[in-house]
Formats: sequence, structure tokens, C-alpha cells
Amino acid sequence: MKILRDLFRDFRFLLSFCVLLLLLMMALLSFFTPYDPTLIGVVPRDLKPSSTYLLGTDTNGQDIFWQACNAVRNSLIISLIAGLVSRVIAILVGMVAGYKGGWVDRVLMFFGDALLVIPIFLIMVMMAMLVREFMNLVVLGLMLSFFGWAWDARVIRSLILSLREREFTNTAVLSGTGTIRLVWNEYMPYATPLVFSTLINNMSWAIGLEITLAILGLVNMNIPTLGTMLNWAINYQAILLGHWWWILTPVVLSVLLFIALYWLSVSISEYLDPRTRIQRVGA
Amino acid sequence: MEQIILRTEKLKTFYLLDMQGSQKVVKAVNEVDLTIYENEIYGIAGESGCGKTTLLKALFNAIDPPLRLVGGKIFYVINGTEVDVTSINPEEKRKLRMEYISYIPQGSMSVLNPVLKLKETYRDFIGSHVRGQSREATFELAQKHILELGLPKNILEAYPHQLSGGMRQRVTIALAALLKPRIMIGDEPTTALDVVVQRGVIQLLKEIQKKLKNTIIMVTHDMGVHANVANRIAIMYAGKIVEEAPTQQIFDHPEHPYTQFLINSLPKFGDKNVRGSVPGSPPSLADLPDGCPFHPRCPHTREICKQSMPGFTRTDTHHKVACWLFGEGENGKAA
Amino acid sequence: MEKLLEVDQLTKEYSMGSLIAKTRITAVDHISFFMKPAEIFTLAGESGCGKTTTAKVVLGFEEATSGAITHNGKLQSKKEKVWITEGVQAIFQDPFSTFNPLRTVDRYFIETVENYKLAGNKKEAIEVIDLKLKAVGISYREFSGKYPNEFSGGQLQRISIARALLTDPKLLIADEPVSMVDASLRMSIVNLFKKLRDDFGVSVLYITHDLATAYYVSDRIAIMFRGNIVEMGSVEQVLMNPRHPYTRLLRDSIPQADPQKRWTDTVTLSELEHDEYLRQGCKFAGRCPLVMEMCKTQIPADITVDDVLVRCHKYNETEAAQRR
Repeated sequence: MKILRDLFRDFRFLLSFCVLLLLLMMALLSFFTPYDPTLIGVVPRDLKPSSTYLLGTDTNGQDIFWQACNAVRNSLIISLIAGLVSRVIAILVGMVAGYKGGWVDRVLMFFGDALLVIPIFLIMVMMAMLVREFMNLVVLGLMLSFFGWAWDARVIRSLILSLREREFTNTAVLSGTGTIRLVWNEYMPYATPLVFSTLINNMSWAIGLEITLAILGLVNMNIPTLGTMLNWAINYQAILLGHWWWILTPVVLSVLLFIALYWLSVSISEYLDPRTRIQRVGA
Repeated sequence: MEQIILRTEKLKTFYLLDMQGSQKVVKAVNEVDLTIYENEIYGIAGESGCGKTTLLKALFNAIDPPLRLVGGKIFYVINGTEVDVTSINPEEKRKLRMEYISYIPQGSMSVLNPVLKLKETYRDFIGSHVRGQSREATFELAQKHILELGLPKNILEAYPHQLSGGMRQRVTIALAALLKPRIMIGDEPTTALDVVVQRGVIQLLKEIQKKLKNTIIMVTHDMGVHANVANRIAIMYAGKIVEEAPTQQIFDHPEHPYTQFLINSLPKFGDKNVRGSVPGSPPSLADLPDGCPFHPRCPHTREICKQSMPGFTRTDTHHKVACWLFGEGENGKAA
Repeated sequence: MEKLLEVDQLTKEYSMGSLIAKTRITAVDHISFFMKPAEIFTLAGESGCGKTTTAKVVLGFEEATSGAITHNGKLQSKKEKVWITEGVQAIFQDPFSTFNPLRTVDRYFIETVENYKLAGNKKEAIEVIDLKLKAVGISYREFSGKYPNEFSGGQLQRISIARALLTDPKLLIADEPVSMVDASLRMSIVNLFKKLRDDFGVSVLYITHDLATAYYVSDRIAIMFRGNIVEMGSVEQVLMNPRHPYTRLLRDSIPQADPQKRWTDTVTLSELEHDEYLRQGCKFAGRCPLVMEMCKTQIPADITVDDVLVRCHKYNETEAAQRR
């Protein structure tokens, strides 16, 4: 597609695309994992990376390579759920608040501001402790999304506020377009780059938060994610014991993931920026 | 005979754009020769998209990427000697600005800092060009200048938003004239203004020119403004100058077909006869036709017009036109 | 004859400032005018005179503080969507803002056709659109699938008029339609208004500060100054023989495209617009060359002189003298 070809000219997009492709392949590979990731003692413990065990094994008796594949997949799923759900909420709230104004705007922004001001971490810790038993990927994702929409809702709201004053809103009104269709057709093209870049940023944030919670032991330790792998490695003193393969794997994967997501969001949002898009349109 | 103050020689400045891999060349100023004298008001008339803003940027020596100098030279005459300003360093460039040549923008609000009182803005300008002056001295300088131009005394104590649009524009023009520059360049200085305010602004410009005896180069598409203010007018089309003559001659004997169209399409107040406008639309500067850029819209097009651009033909002592109807022109095939 | 539009003592006030210190600005101050079918009526004046506000209120985008607006005999209710109920359409000043730069221009046409049920299927819709485009001199081929920045200002403004014509409105409100278009292209747009009046019977409420095009195209004109109509009548009478000092100032300040007709005398400009709004008495008293003492304290009444409505103490005096 022409769009992809244009994007590939940006080396940041190219690199991040490749890294993400790699990670995606790892995630897909996880469906063929020979060992059940939730069990322990499946393979000999603490073995260095070799030809049989590509990334070695950990103290739990799990193959680190396959653990990593599962971890990447699960982390991506959590962050995707968190990111997508929070985008949807942010768009709905932002557009309604921006276009309607008045008391609807005030009420919605009140809730948003509350979520921004309250220290998330404490609440997350409390919520995590409460739902520990039912904790799975989806629950964690939804929890994270609950806190992720407030900032972007405000940003989208200010975008809508300024677009509402533009002349083309009047043209659309005179064309007989109803409010919902108007907001969707006229304003969404402006909101898309915003939503996209914040989606990816939000995913980064979600992964980071998940890792933090996991290291503190607040999530279900049986489900392999990048965070839980780190937690196990730390708890079993992997650094002190010199089991570098166990601690490095989640760290390197996380760093790669963060950088790739960052570059992806920057290059795509530059591409989608209305100002550069307007230059390109009709060129 | 007045001296030359600014000269361009086959000036070519293009925008070289590279957007996500595809390249575009916008030929905004396409071989322009201008000779501008001291103590005159020189008007450049042209529609949107003819390259006039770019020409002004080039004359002001503000050629920054993506705008590039592709060919030709620009000369300022400073203290009697011709200086090629395309090759001077940034510090020299900065010194020339405001002292030798200054710029009047179209929108005054974009120049005046909204959170500073006007006197602060004036002080900043003076301070960056005249060293070693105390605060009081700079303020007095500014105050004197304002009064000389007939603007109210206490205007410097106000914030920009407290003034009306016309007053702001006049203050901005006064600012541009503060350091008594030899050349003042105006890019559509009256376009966004109401008609009475426009008259006041034009009044001020003429006052300044009379006092300083300097040169004002003004670009606008409004021929009425040119008629009231300019000594000589140049008509610009698609990056080229197509006709140049003293004001009276341009209106009495417009020679280039485009000039004729321009003048005939203006509403004459008091005349209800149906007037036509220029048919078609100007070419995109990124995609110019071969030969004379006006040929697709010209009623007198001939074969040669489609192939090459004519040079300037002198039809009178001060009147020159670039059109095949008048011949090949002095400089051969290129104008 | 049924009046297409009648505006009666329309007032619109805005309050500015915080809870503690509020000022009320009267943008439109008890103005009255009417429009007939198939005529071009101009509201002329400089920026800040209230003409755009009047247009917004007539269109239903803003609510009047007081006064009545009637379309074809029917009273307009608060913020009534007159483009749906009465078929009033509008075009605006900046053609490039009129359309969303990220959408193709034809989308608005298709939406209008769908929303107002002007056609049964896609083929009919294209026919309807093509008809209106032809009326403004644009071909469907050069229009379809293009973004706003692919057109010139003049073309885009004509496309904007075509869109407004889709619903066959009887009243078209044109808010400064040519001020952002090059002087040489203005004629083509303004000629269109004449065509609409003569061939389609559309009335145009032409709002502008450009008296030259106003003279060229309108039938009747009202001059507004800081919220008041100071002179109103046929365009011949008002512009060829202006009675109000402000109208004279406006007319004399038009730059003529003739070097022989340069301005000879100087003009004084207002310093602070805000002050002029808050004047008691006649708002032009600060700059009027014929100002008298009573102008500063008393608002002049509307009197008719030779079929022209003028709001000026000078004429009050003369009329009073004649009556004696």
C-alpha cells in the first residue's frame, strides 16, 4: 500500500516495525509452546542457554524461551485491551464534553480530573489486592484502562472545542447533518493522529504499570507476563546467582518493546499530523 | 535622476519540498530583474499564488529553507556601493535588517507581543540595534517618533489588544520606520483592514515616505491602493514580472493582456455596467506551462507563446512589457 | 407584496468580563429592515458594526436579545433552524475554512442531498449536484473527489455558493463572500449573485465592507455603524448621494483605480473601538466633521429624506425647520 511505502521511508518506523514484527512472531509462536507455562518443574532447572534450551531455563523449571514467548503475548494482550478500551472511553467522553459543553462537559471533566489527580498507584494497589483471585489478562487490562482515559479525553475535548468554532462546522450544520454524524465525519480525521499516538503511548504505559505491579507481587503470578518473569527472577536472586539469562530476557524484551512502541507512535503521528497531511493532500 | 537602491539580477528562488519521499519544486520567483530607486514608492501587483510574498522574502534577504536561492543575485546599494547580499554572513544580515531595510507584515498582531506594552516592544527593537542607550533615552526616541507621525501621545503605554486594528497596524508601521530604514517592504499591509482604516494606514505610509525620503516596496492585489500610493507599478504573474511602468501609464495604457484584464475586472465605483473577470485561474507554481505562463488564459496566444518566454521590450522611456505581441525583448529568450 | 424577510427592532447584546466586572456591548442596536423576493440587499459597514452578528441571528445561529424576525410572514422562534424550516442558506468569508481541509468537497454536497432528500439514488444525486455546479460555472469532472486546497479561492467560493443552492433557497445570506478573494476575481462571484436574482429569483443578503461591489450588485443598501443603521435606501440614492456623514466618509475612502482620483485630505481614525460603542448619543460623534453639541448626548431619530432613511441630527434640524 502507498501508505506503508511512505511510512517505510522513515527509518524509525522501519526499525520499530521490524522489532514489533519479531515480537509478534514470538507471541504467535507461544501458541505452539510445548510446555504448559503455568506448570513448574517441566525441565531441568537453572541451565545456561544451549541448543536445546535457547534461552536457558529458570529456577521454576521452565524453558525461558517459551516463557518469554508467552510473556510477550500476554503483555501485549493486556496493553492492547488497556489501550483500546481507554481510547474508546476517551473519544466518547471527549467528544460529548467538547461538543455539548455546558453541564455535561463539567460533569464529565470532573470525573476525568478526579482520575488524573488521585494517585493512581495507591488505588491500583488496593484494587489489585481486592481482585487478586479473579485476576486474569482481561481484568488487568480493564483495570488499567479505567485509569488511562482521563488525559486524552481532555485533549480530545479541547480539539473538539476549537474545531467547533471553525467555519466548516457551520457548513456541515447548514447541510443538515445531525450532531453525531457531524462530530464523527468532521472531527474524527483530526482526532485520529491524536488517538493513534496516544494509543501506543498508553500501551507503553500499561506495560510499564503491569511490570511494576507484577514486581510487587500484586498480579496473578501463574500467568507469564514480562512483569511476572521479572518478579520470579528477582525473587529467586537471579542476579546474585549469576543467572543472567533469566533476568536479561524480560529486561531486554521490555526495553525493545518500549523503544519500538515509542518510535512507532512518533513516526505514525508525524505522518498523520493534519498539518503535514494537508500539505500532502492533493499533491 | 534618482540613485538605485536595490537591484536584482535574474533572481530565481524556488521552494524545494521533499515530503515523505516525493519531491516538488515550486518556482515562486522565476528570473526576476528589478531596479528600484531611492525616494519612490514601488508597487508590485499580482494575485494570490503569483509568488509576490516569496519575492518580498527574497528582497528582504530572508531566504531560508525550504526556500532556496537557485540563481541570480540581489544587490543593496549601501552608502554608494553595491553589496551582493546573497553572500553575506548572518550577523551582517541582521544588522541590515531594521536599519537599512525593514518589513511591514500583513497582520499586526503577529508582530506585537500581546503581553508586552508597546513601549517594551519598541525598546526591544531599539535596543537590539542601537547599543549603549539608557531606558529613558530609548523611550524618548520612541515617543518622539510616534508624535512625529501624528499618532496619539500615550499609545506606547497600551497593550496591543487595547487598540483598534487600524491603530495597531499603524503602530507596527511606525515601528518598522523607527530606525529610519532606506527601504521598507510591505506585504499586503492594508488587505485585512476596513476601507476607512486602510485609508488612514496608506496616509501614514505616504507621510513616512515623505519624511524619510526612502523607498517603499509594497505588494498588494488591490489596484486601487496602488493607484493612490505607488509611483511605479510592476505586474507579477506566475513568478515573473510581466510589465512595469509609472502608475499613470499602467492605468492609461496597460499593454500586457494580463494587466488589461486586471484593470478591467475592477469595479469602478459609479459604474453599473457588467464587468468580466479574468477567465481561468493562475497556474500552480509547481506545475508551470511551457513558454509564457499566461498563454493558457491569454486571448492573443500564438504558437511562439507556447514555446518560450519573451524578454522585456521597452515601449516607452519607463514602460516595459514582456509579451510576444511586442517582440522578442532585450534579453533574448528569458526575462 | 409578501416580505421575504422582516427584521423589527432587532437587538443583540453581549456581556463581557467576569462575575465581578461585566460590561454589556450592544452589538446590534434596535435595527429594522426588510427584504423582498428576488432582490439583493446589502448590509454595509466596517468591522465591528454588527452586520455579521445580524446575519448570525437571522440565520438562527445566535439568539436575539430582543426584537422580531419574520420569514415569509412567520415569526422566527429562538435559535430556530431556519435553514431547515425556511430554506435559508448561507456562504461565508473564507472559502478555505468553509470546507474541512481533510475531507473532499463533494462530501458536503452528497450529505446535503441525503439530508434534505433531494434525490432518490446516486445517479439522481449527481444530476442535482451537476445542475447547481453548472449554474456557478464549475464542471462536475473538475470538482469530484478533490480536496479544498486543490481549488483556488475564487473557485472554492463558487463551489460554496453551489452547495448553498442545492436546497433551492429563496434567501441566501452571503457574509463577506469576496473579501478574501483577489480583487480581480470578485466580479465573477458578484456576477453570480446577479444571475441568482435574475434567473432563479433568489434574494441575497449581501454583507460587506466593500462599497464598490455593493454599488455594482445591490438593489437596496443599509449602512451600519457600531450597531445602528445610519442610512438605508436604494443603492443609487445612498451611495451616489450620501446624506449621513459616515456614509460620505465610507464612500470617499474607497481607493479608486485611477491615479487622478487620489485622496487629497486626511482622515481621522478612532483610537479605541470600545469607547465608541459606549457613547451616549450618536456613536459617530467622536469623528463626525459636522458634529453638534446635541449629537454627543441625544440619539438621533430615524427620519426619511427623499425615500432614504437617515439617522442624523443634521436632518432632524432641517426637517424641523421645514415643518415650522
